[in-house]
Amino acid sequence: MFDYEILRLIWWALLGILLIGFAVMDGFDLGAATLLPFVGRTDAERRVVINTVGPVWEGNQVWFILGGGAIFAAWPPLYAVAFSGFYLAMFLVLFALILRPVAFKFRSKIEHPAWRRAWDGALFVGGLVPSLIFGVAFGNVLQGAPFRFDETLRMTYEGTLLGLLNPFALLCGLVSIAMLVMHGGAWLALKAAEPVAARAVTFMHLAAIALMALFAVAGLWVTIGIDGYAITSEVAHAGPSNPLLKQVTRESGAWLANYGTHPWTLAAPVLAFLGAFGVIALSGLQRPGLAILASALSVAGVIATAGLSVFPFLLPSSLDPNASLTVWDASSSRLTLAIMLGATAVFLPVILAYTAWVYRVLRGRVTLAYVSDNTTSTY
Amino acid sequence: MTTALDLVQLSRLQFGLTAMYHFLFVPLTLGLAVLLGIMESVYVMTGREVWRRMTKFWGVLFGINFAMGVATGITMEFQFGMNWAYYSQYVGDIFGAPLAIEGLMAFFLEATFIGLFFFGWDRLSKIGHLVVTWMVALGSNLSALWILVANGWMQHPVGSRFNPDTMRMEVTDFMAVIFNPVAQAKFVHTVSAGYVTGAVFVLSISALYLLRGRHVDIAKRSMTVAASFGLAAALSVVVLGDESGYTAGENQKMKIAAIEAMWDTEPAPASFTLFGLPDQEARRTDYEIKVPWMLGLIATRSIDGEVPGINQLVAHAQTRIRSGLVAYDGLQRLQADRNDVEARARLAAHADDLGYALLLKAIRPDILAATDAEIQQAAWSTVPGVSPLFWSFRLMVGLGFFFIGLFAVAFTLASLRRLHGSRLFLRVALWSLPLPWIAAELGWYVAEVGRQPWVIEGVLPTFLAVSNLSTGSVLTTLLGFVAVYSVLLIVDVYLMTKAIRQGPAPAEPELSAEPDLAAAPAAAE
Repeated sequence: MFDYEILRLIWWALLGILLIGFAVMDGFDLGAATLLPFVGRTDAERRVVINTVGPVWEGNQVWFILGGGAIFAAWPPLYAVAFSGFYLAMFLVLFALILRPVAFKFRSKIEHPAWRRAWDGALFVGGLVPSLIFGVAFGNVLQGAPFRFDETLRMTYEGTLLGLLNPFALLCGLVSIAMLVMHGGAWLALKAAEPVAARAVTFMHLAAIALMALFAVAGLWVTIGIDGYAITSEVAHAGPSNPLLKQVTRESGAWLANYGTHPWTLAAPVLAFLGAFGVIALSGLQRPGLAILASALSVAGVIATAGLSVFPFLLPSSLDPNASLTVWDASSSRLTLAIMLGATAVFLPVILAYTAWVYRVLRGRVTLAYVSDNTTSTY
Repeated sequence: MTTALDLVQLSRLQFGLTAMYHFLFVPLTLGLAVLLGIMESVYVMTGREVWRRMTKFWGVLFGINFAMGVATGITMEFQFGMNWAYYSQYVGDIFGAPLAIEGLMAFFLEATFIGLFFFGWDRLSKIGHLVVTWMVALGSNLSALWILVANGWMQHPVGSRFNPDTMRMEVTDFMAVIFNPVAQAKFVHTVSAGYVTGAVFVLSISALYLLRGRHVDIAKRSMTVAASFGLAAALSVVVLGDESGYTAGENQKMKIAAIEAMWDTEPAPASFTLFGLPDQEARRTDYEIKVPWMLGLIATRSIDGEVPGINQLVAHAQTRIRSGLVAYDGLQRLQADRNDVEARARLAAHADDLGYALLLKAIRPDILAATDAEIQQAAWSTVPGVSPLFWSFRLMVGLGFFFIGLFAVAFTLASLRRLHGSRLFLRVALWSLPLPWIAAELGWYVAEVGRQPWVIEGVLPTFLAVSNLSTGSVLTTLLGFVAVYSVLLIVDVYLMTKAIRQGPAPAEPELSAEPDLAAAPAAAE
């Protein structure tokens, strides 16, 4: 069927699609949870926010689980290095995401104000912390992570949690927060009734402006402040998945090389800006449905920019650049990639179809009257 | 004390604890999802409102449990990479695929439809909502299938081989991985155990209501459903036991020999040790009470199949270690010179035993220089702790037979319409509530501790599979997980108790007065 090189490229694209799927689908409920204390002032208003995502967040979170599973299946060295290397950061994400399912479910079961405030706090943390850390992770991918392999491919990581939280990575974390708050705001503008929707629009505008500014600063920083990586040896595109068989150098400007050789890739950063601008323009035209679409395109543009900048790298090593993980030497075997492509080709369209059906069934705004009339059957 | 725990022990402790927490919620989700489907099907077929109230009531408890299952499940998907990086690198080519397919095929289905289960009652037609409920049940059961395909491969790694160019195991036959006999046996056994858990849960809480004379209409019907479903599940869990897959592989044979504390091979069919005191130091079992033929029948499903003893399996492990050293030597030469054809051939010929040589890494780093005594020591390290397995297994099997008895009585009483006549039975049913969880955790313990010292049987020893983390990092996360899970578990039990005390929503008067009128419920929208 497909040869090994093509399969690796397809799985690189699928990795991007799954990450974008996660950021678009789970991103709006992370963003809505981050906005919860600001757009909902009374318990009823907060319940409006929570019930816009209440029926769908569980399915959305599977994008995260599937992202983890797909990296494990298609890029096992990346799964091993990233999650054990970013160990404590990953624990913070898990901690925050553990709080979310129970917060949605448990909050509604007792009416006491202190109980509800506590779970509101859990939802806020569960929205903000993952948004921040995912951006920080991308920031560290762009800088390279301090890991090396021995000859049996056992990995040693020589960084710390504080090392991950360096200035550039924190800037990327802010990009991520702005992006997901914009997206969460766009969701609430579409799905919540007044007065929540109007407040959400305000935050969405601010976040869209912040995203454009922060994304531009990050781009400038990558251009002048950060070394990229480049493979200097012959590349075996269909070679064995062993990251120790190539030579890599660090050089400034290497992360911009792809935009020079393949100008079409500039579409990604352009999309990130245009999408954010579209969010503002379309919500001004009272088109919340189109605004969230623009927001989703902006999210896709931001993530695609990161992926295209570092291609063919997946995770460079700052400690031993030759050990960097790339598309050509950190994948599964050809057979596994082919099997997983088959499974994805069958099931992803099915998932999209029933997800679309569920959103259709749940169409319409969540109003204050709806949540106060249905105190037991809603969150 | 924690200072005495090394990285491997801490990592195992964290994985074991988080998996056991997760497995407190999974069996109930599996069983209750199907029970909800059955109850709602009766509602749709008969149109009687009481079945809809039943489905909604058990659905509330299902939802609380499901949230905990999701919360504890997120950790599982990422822990392989976090704490078992070398494992992920070494076998991710095979092990990752079933996990990813689980997400694609099963978890998405379950998680997308569960929202509509709770929020869709007024937005969907009766049939539409019933389909949603069954999709949740189907999703959770398919989820168990793929997780157990992954777990079955750890117990019996088929369809794969070692690739020296990538220094890892790679898949050669994916169909063999899916249709792995160990995985299939585990799936049937685990899902049945989940159904038993769901049925005991419904039975016990219904018994509580009948003892107190509350919600009798719902409690009696729930109990009848739980009794018939539970009886079938309890029979299946014992008859289609996990051990049917134990003859498949070397370590599976070691596991059953350890469970039986059977030191030497007996002539077929082997007898089953009902009671005994295993002594691992002296390598014998004292005060044995044996049931002739039983083990041979259970383990081989035949009267002439031989069940090998521990001593014989250890002797065989020694042979495999020596063969593995040849493979290891070939691998070393190949790493020095990737074009060494002769070394490549030697490695390929002995690659199946490479994992056995790696056992020596626990004793000395330069394993090619291992002495005979060290090889013998490594061979004995293939024996898991005999006493804990021996007793855990017997307690689990005892509980399994108790469940058959419990459901047989419940089924008989339900058939005679005398469920609330016997207060003794209702009390027994009520106090049986924790037992399926104990049985499930014991079963998990037997399966995974019985796999030691391997993380992948015959391929990779557990102590080599860990990430190079500081013990401080692992201790931090271990304490963090225990703290957050424990708090959530307390809240979970509290909210469950509150919902049970509150009971089902009262019947709406105009609908419950004449059951037949309930055939046309008010569909909002």
